[in-house]
Amino acid sequence: MTWQSLQTALAKQDYVASDDLSVALHLALTMERPLLLEGAAGVGKTEIARTLSLTQDTQLIRLQCYEGLDASQAIYEWNYQRQLLTIRSAAEDGETGKSVEDRIFSRDFLLERPLLAAITQEKPPVLLIDEIDRADEEFEAYLLEVLSDYQVSVPELGTITATCKPIVILTSNGTRDLSDALRRRCLYTYVEYPDRATELAILKARCSGVEEHLANQIIGFVQKLREEDLEKTPGIAEMLDFAAALMGLGIADLTCDRAVLQSTLTTLLKTQSDQAQITSDVAARLAAKAA
Amino acid sequence: MSRVTRFAARDPGPAARVVGFVAHLRDNGLRLGVAEAVLSLTALTQVNAAVPDDCRRVFRAICTGCKEEAERFDALFDSYWMDDRRVKQRFMPKPQAMLNDAVHSSRDTSGAESGASGASTTPDTEDGEADSDGTGKLIATEQRNLSRRDLRDLIRTEEIAEAEAIARRLGAALRDKRSRRRIAARKGDRLHFRKTIRRSLSTGGEPLYLLRKRRPDRTCKIVAICDVSGSMSVYAQVFLAFLAGLMRADKEADAYLFHTRLVRITEALRDKDTMRAIGRMSLMADGFGGGSKIGPSLQRFADTYAKRFVDGRSVVLILSDGYDTEPPKHLETALIKLKKRGCKVLWLNPLKGWLDYAPVAGGMAAALPHLDLFKAANTLDDLAALETDLVTL
Repeated sequence: MTWQSLQTALAKQDYVASDDLSVALHLALTMERPLLLEGAAGVGKTEIARTLSLTQDTQLIRLQCYEGLDASQAIYEWNYQRQLLTIRSAAEDGETGKSVEDRIFSRDFLLERPLLAAITQEKPPVLLIDEIDRADEEFEAYLLEVLSDYQVSVPELGTITATCKPIVILTSNGTRDLSDALRRRCLYTYVEYPDRATELAILKARCSGVEEHLANQIIGFVQKLREEDLEKTPGIAEMLDFAAALMGLGIADLTCDRAVLQSTLTTLLKTQSDQAQITSDVAARLAAKAA
Repeated sequence: MSRVTRFAARDPGPAARVVGFVAHLRDNGLRLGVAEAVLSLTALTQVNAAVPDDCRRVFRAICTGCKEEAERFDALFDSYWMDDRRVKQRFMPKPQAMLNDAVHSSRDTSGAESGASGASTTPDTEDGEADSDGTGKLIATEQRNLSRRDLRDLIRTEEIAEAEAIARRLGAALRDKRSRRRIAARKGDRLHFRKTIRRSLSTGGEPLYLLRKRRPDRTCKIVAICDVSGSMSVYAQVFLAFLAGLMRADKEADAYLFHTRLVRITEALRDKDTMRAIGRMSLMADGFGGGSKIGPSLQRFADTYAKRFVDGRSVVLILSDGYDTEPPKHLETALIKLKKRGCKVLWLNPLKGWLDYAPVAGGMAAALPHLDLFKAANTLDDLAALETDLVTL
């Protein structure tokens, strides 16, 4: 398989990937390396994992990181409630000692969390570790261990080795610098906002009913909007919402109705100061330029 | 592709070229080891290695690790592989040099052995002051005799170490802010009774989980922005050593420098050798010692990096003399924007330590109302005295 064929496969699932991203994904697949994606919010980092799982016809396992995420939520945890019930019922049956202990510390009582689940599948799944920069550095170190050896040791049970190597995609919004150790183990791609042609292709792939003239206007408008001095730059998802809103309202031309245009801007501008900044005059000017 | 570098006939093959390229990247500050070279070679077999753009993408995916590196990568790639118009002396490291790489740390490769194109950008510890221009320096030299003991005397290494120690103390003063209340934490020093009892319900009244709480650190993140324009160039090296100390005392800290544009130097300053870190960094900032555009630089900072790295628990430390070539309005709007993120803004001005100094320069006057602290910093005593001010912030 070449990277071009991967790019075509992604395009069939309505994901328009840049050449850089396709090559990096291709390498991640063939060389079994984790891929670290960085970029602004809303450029399609998370979406790529979902699409990849579709093209590879495999499961997507997602681990959403947050501050305070720890091993019991990411790797495994014992099912305490079930263990307790078993102990009680065993006591009523007169069963004691070692046999109960063996039973309650078996695989049946182990709750698999995403990382353990990912390495015990039969077919390599896509493991998406989303927003890794939100997790603590402590967890990053944990992750390194799992990703380099592909095994998890459970003190009561012994070591669980991987039955497959998952395809690992990490995403980061760059709110803090990741450790060098993690960066070194990963392939890296910085995902930019798409250029005009790419974004147009994305819009056409996702909203099939959109007319040529309106599509051009939407993309032009959003691209111009990104050049404005905004707190929160609209991403691709916002652009698609905007397009859906316009189509839902049955608008064929951005410049014809200022009031409607202004009201649909709620799909693009997500903070109060941004909305205050893009007044209907500004919006109309941008729309005129976009055409 | 007419620009593809023509390698010499005695070139031993693609493996050596790739090793040479990785050494070239290493010379230019990317932290790469032998593993990356091996990985790159393997990866090149996965694509059509005869297509230059495919190779470029492969190397970019493997050899870069953050946005700043990715941005610099294209130029570095071109200078090694797409350099047909320039005359080159030698392209690849000698076999011994490669052996050295495998055995010793990556730092052992000297500029001469690796790709010749790297030589023009090999870090040099002494070039900081050499290329400053005349205009800005004049302001400082006129007044030099007025100051008790200027920081420019501090270039000697042991005094840099002293500045570094002070930087550490200041960093600690800024960061040591522990909350009064306790919150639930996995490794707390006390038991969290309410949560423990509540959780014990799910295990039949037996407190299987002992939940804990602790006083969280409300750490301040320090973001330092240093002016290295012409008028500041006499102070720059020492301020930068001060920053280097700050960076090493605090893993979270962040550093930038600006003259006519803004550069992030956090990565470069993590280098263990202070002088080399400064050398690497002055290379990153071409135009070192040139004019100063404080307002636009800070505005750019507020628009880009500040969104990622500055929040209510940040302290923004500006080291500048306030001589701005742009209208003061820029500076004012930038500071207002920055303050809106809830951070504290400190301004350390080397000129303030001089007798009869008044902040009359347009930029400085505009900035004053928006600062939490405006202090002098041109002698070590001044820097040390800051500690008490910072504790009370």
